[in-house]
Amino acid sequence: MEEYRLELRNVSKSFGEVQALQNINLQLGRNEIVGLLGDNGAGKSTLIKIITGYHQPTSGEIFFNGVKVENLTVPKARELGVETVYQERALAELQTLWRNIFLGRELCDRFGFLDIQRMRDETYRLMTQTMGFTSQAVNPDSRVGKYSGGEKQGVAIVRALFFDAEIIILDEPTMGLSLKETAKLVSFVENIKKAGKSAIFIDHNILHVYNVADRVVVIDRGRVAGEFLTQHIGLDELMDKMVRVAETGSLD
Amino acid sequence: MKSQSESVTPTTTPHYKTTFSFRRFARANSAQLGILGVFLTLWLVFIVSAPNTFLSSRIYSAFMSSIPFFAIMAIPLTIVVIAAEIDLSFPSIMAMGMVAFDFTYNQTAFIQNATIQVFLAIVAALVAGALIGWLNGFIIVKFGIPSLVVTIGTQFLWRGAVLVLTQGANFSLEYIKSTIFYPMLVGKIGGYFPMQMVWLIIITVLGWVLLNRHRFGAHIYLIGDNIKSAELMGINTGRTRIQAFMLIGLVAAFAGVIASFYVAYFWPSVGDGYLLSTLASVFLGGTSVFGGTGTILGTFLGAFIIGAIEAATVAIGLTGFWTQLIYGFIIVLSVIMHTYLRKRGD
Repeated sequence: MEEYRLELRNVSKSFGEVQALQNINLQLGRNEIVGLLGDNGAGKSTLIKIITGYHQPTSGEIFFNGVKVENLTVPKARELGVETVYQERALAELQTLWRNIFLGRELCDRFGFLDIQRMRDETYRLMTQTMGFTSQAVNPDSRVGKYSGGEKQGVAIVRALFFDAEIIILDEPTMGLSLKETAKLVSFVENIKKAGKSAIFIDHNILHVYNVADRVVVIDRGRVAGEFLTQHIGLDELMDKMVRVAETGSLD
Repeated sequence: MKSQSESVTPTTTPHYKTTFSFRRFARANSAQLGILGVFLTLWLVFIVSAPNTFLSSRIYSAFMSSIPFFAIMAIPLTIVVIAAEIDLSFPSIMAMGMVAFDFTYNQTAFIQNATIQVFLAIVAALVAGALIGWLNGFIIVKFGIPSLVVTIGTQFLWRGAVLVLTQGANFSLEYIKSTIFYPMLVGKIGGYFPMQMVWLIIITVLGWVLLNRHRFGAHIYLIGDNIKSAELMGINTGRTRIQAFMLIGLVAAFAGVIASFYVAYFWPSVGDGYLLSTLASVFLGGTSVFGGTGTILGTFLGAFIIGAIEAATVAIGLTGFWTQLIYGFIIVLSVIMHTYLRKRGD
């Protein structure tokens, strides 16, 4: 049997009275890019926050590489190779670039003392070589708050990359980006696949998702409304289905 | 961005070096340079207006004896404020630590060795301070109540506990003078340099290292800046904040010990009157009340400005009635300056 990189079985999540997710079954294969589509409030963000360990599911099971994981926390998920580029970017805007790149997993010795020079060096390398930022304003000691939207997104992406992620989750990564930056981002997602990694890609823009994803999962009102291999469905047909789901709650 | 593999395989890292530029330095350290400017300007004003006082070494010896009592608490308070929290209960913790001190001293009378008894009593005071700090942090984190409200409550709670436990009595601590701890904590080196100043310097350096060179400090800055991001990226924000409250509890208890040792007397009101000068030192030093920014050096200088104003007011020839007015004036102006520098900065 094929072993999935990540599998959710019957995952539900409720916040008090509100049922955010209902019996979600989701698989992410090796070297597969899954697009997650759904209207605002459909439960996409809750779903990815369960995968990243930020929320704990009310019921259901989570498997990484076929092994069941109990009490998933953010540090545990990161150890398992999950890196996330959050919609809200999760940056600390008053802090310098290097602090943001290493947010939550600072390089330190066993007594907890920081290796600042190495973090600045790594930050510099990532920014110039990987992201191709040459602007004077973007250096390890500048504050993230004054960066443009694209630069901030670059920081969030570089952070996900540095730590050798197996599963990269992109939550609305194109929000607030210029056309050129968006094109860069789409090619980045394609590179994830070439590098043999898996990704979950969430976006409002069906076109972006359709172009990069192998499979599209449609979420509606906390349930999986349907899933399609992108090679088996046309873009127009997918769009029609999305509109219908939003209006009627059913794909057909 | 080029390729995925390139970004994750460790290649030889080019060393990131910056050429020194005064402008960049000034921008990066605008808050600290601002407070340093205020500090030097005021000093100059004091020297010009009261040269007899401010050119003699006696006034500096006096500053170094009295300022450390609240300045050492301003250091951990800076860390708490950077994490976007506040603690108003530390004056009561000072007194509660001394109650633990007294209790332990009396309960260990069978040892019949004042040095060992006083040592155990100091340890008990520090443990009590850390525990009270832990309780503050625990209530704030677990119940999600703003620290301002919680520590207003615990400020009364622990002061009340002190009054109940001591029945409001004050008593002499003469016995400490025979122990090594008296010269160690509040003695004078060469008859001039007060030991409490040495402790202030030690705590300042430790505070700086913790805040700027340790993971704990990195997390403090991130929590104060954006606690949601910190949580999303896996920082244990609850534990880190509780640790910050434990730190100020510990240091407040220590401040209670040295303030009481200095006069060799226990007053149940010990710590009263330190609340505002400690808070003012932190904010004068450029630490943002919104969290995320602040420096230890700024607080250190802020404490000396606060401490010097009172002496200076009198030395310049104004009556003591002016002190508060000048306090308020300098604090308000400095806070405006810091806000302006931050907006303009970087």
